Amino acid sequence: MAKNDLISGSIWDEYSNQVVRRMDDPTHQGEITEEQAEELGGKLIVADFGAESCGDAVRLYWVVNEESNVILNSKFKSFGCGTAIASSDVMAELCVGKKVEEAVKITNIDVEFALRDEPDTPAVPPQKMHCSVMAYDVIKKAAATYMNVDMESFEQEVIVCECARVTLQTIQEVIKINDLSTVEQITDYTKAGAFCKSCIKPGGHEEKDLYLVDILADTRASMEEERMKNAADLSESDELTFDKMTMIQKLKQVESVLDVDVRPMLIMDGGNMEIIDIKENMPHYDLYIRYLGACSGCASGSTGTLYGIESILQQKIDENIRVLPI
Amino acid sequence: MEVYLDNNATTMVDPEVYKAMLPFFCEKYGNPNSLHKFGAGTHPKMVEALNYLYDGIHAADADDIIITANATESNNWVLKGVWIDRILNGNKNHIITSEVEHPSITATCKFLETQGVSVTYLAVNEEGTIDASSVESAIREDTALVSIMWANNETGKLFPVEEIGRICQSKDVLFHSDATQAIGKVVVDVQKVFADFISFSAHKFHGPKGVGGLYIKAGIELTPLLNGGEQMGGRRAGTVDVASMVGMGLAMKQATNTMALAYENNHVRKLRDKLENAILELPETIVIGGKENRTPNTTLISIRGVEGESMLWDLNQQRIGASTGSACASEDLEANPVMSAFGSDSELAHTGVRFSLSRFNTNEQIDFAIETIVNAVNRLRAISSSYAYTPKNHESQL
Repeated sequence: MAKNDLISGSIWDEYSNQVVRRMDDPTHQGEITEEQAEELGGKLIVADFGAESCGDAVRLYWVVNEESNVILNSKFKSFGCGTAIASSDVMAELCVGKKVEEAVKITNIDVEFALRDEPDTPAVPPQKMHCSVMAYDVIKKAAATYMNVDMESFEQEVIVCECARVTLQTIQEVIKINDLSTVEQITDYTKAGAFCKSCIKPGGHEEKDLYLVDILADTRASMEEERMKNAADLSESDELTFDKMTMIQKLKQVESVLDVDVRPMLIMDGGNMEIIDIKENMPHYDLYIRYLGACSGCASGSTGTLYGIESILQQKIDENIRVLPI
Repeated sequence: MEVYLDNNATTMVDPEVYKAMLPFFCEKYGNPNSLHKFGAGTHPKMVEALNYLYDGIHAADADDIIITANATESNNWVLKGVWIDRILNGNKNHIITSEVEHPSITATCKFLETQGVSVTYLAVNEEGTIDASSVESAIREDTALVSIMWANNETGKLFPVEEIGRICQSKDVLFHSDATQAIGKVVVDVQKVFADFISFSAHKFHGPKGVGGLYIKAGIELTPLLNGGEQMGGRRAGTVDVASMVGMGLAMKQATNTMALAYENNHVRKLRDKLENAILELPETIVIGGKENRTPNTTLISIRGVEGESMLWDLNQQRIGASTGSACASEDLEANPVMSAFGSDSELAHTGVRFSLSRFNTNEQIDFAIETIVNAVNRLRAISSSYAYTPKNHESQL
């Protein structure tokens, strides 16, 4: 939420002139009969996508030359809002003259881009991006019908966010590489979830197979698992550095250094110390300690002795360790 | 020509109401709580406004009508107040409402459910209304409140509030009715329906936005939602918006006097029927919830093959304002819950268009609207996949 979100209801104001023109007067609206297809010397392909009960439905007619696979003519019929009709119109137009195998590469992003007045200004507001997805799906359906293959065969990757066409792989990678911990961060990095928001979590406009909240949780869990596994694998070797250790390993390492290099001296003076907690306060590791016996109340505990302990730990373990007496 | 047919969303402020509000901005701007003449000078018109409000819903002098910001506040107050008084600090734990209430009721009930309150959402029957008997059988030992709207905002259907009120009284359960869509359209008489609480909002009956009211029957406790000063007898803190209160009072009088209600029930009804019948002449159109027992100004019509938002688009291009609860228009993009609740075919869930008239609509406007609507339906059906050509060997998947 922010200033720009506080007054709602301006969806239509954000339409490009192209969207308005194509909604008011769609040039590729219409139907093609078998007779007309025959006259053009091609095969009639009819593909349906969506459903009225979902608020969006489109039928695409193609006439395809069976020797060259070129789409000779393309028309649509659509039940839907202005964006759905305008997207269908530009989609049908983009198909004309293309080979079927080229047409199937047209995505909803191409459709939206073709509707822009200015290259850098979106043609529709974010929550309407989804309405252009159907225009893409129906092309795949038509091509699948023509080539007599399964529609899914055109989709090589798992798409999580259809509006921005972001794949599962991209999302997992961006979480891992940048150590992301919130869905908002994923949206900032990839634009996934920025439009119709259906893919963020269950309960949106459309039911999805995959949701960003689950992908984030799963990826974080596997990152954590990986980290632990690495720490375990390395624990016997010298390669395990302090920053890669689990908390238990960190504690053990600190304790062993204290036992060898610090405690004997404290005990000689009738004192000792214990570790209360270790907190990661990046880039530092804050080690909270308590002095025991003669050490508690010793003036040197907050000066000379403290610096001594800290110096030993920094030299022997990690230079980012800070020691804080309680 | 401009035609506004979205009066269930909001209405034009009656010019008389506007005029009555003007002195309270730059002339009589005192705080009504002040002792000096600047403050006290606001009182006569505030008292007059209260009189109009009490008369408008037939409240007794012993009852309270508290000025609030809107019906949303009034509805929240009743539900949350009863929750505090009878559930958190009492032995009740159950609220009964309907599936088709305004979001300020349903969303508040959903919130109360997260706090452990049990809520029953009654379904509407085929006629789009609630059976009073379903309320009776839903009442339990621990029921604190029944909240059922007086008239539905989408369809205009009237709910049997008189019967429900009697049932609640006999079972000793509090009864609240959101009368936002009923004021000025039908008689709202709080005595006759044994209502304990009634919510309303000025901008639905040609008053200003940002002001509403909550009727509370004499002797009923309701913990305030807003704590602070002693305004409104201590029931709602915050300096009263004098201009809005005066405006709402006069708007109530203008909308609920005998002549006004007669005009609504005769003239406005005739215009609505003319519009509705003209649309129904088009094939494959139906009135959702049926024609019986409705407010005189509202019709919710399903037009097969025409998606609601695209219909609004075409009407807007001709400067006609109507509405659809179905979806694409709003961010949550859900189908109209009222259409779903009323059990219309799922295929028609996105085809509803609501026209809601007011006493300011004219015959010429309705003629123009009819012509525009018919053109829009013809154009959009020509584009629609619902009426598209299907070749012999193609099995439609739409």
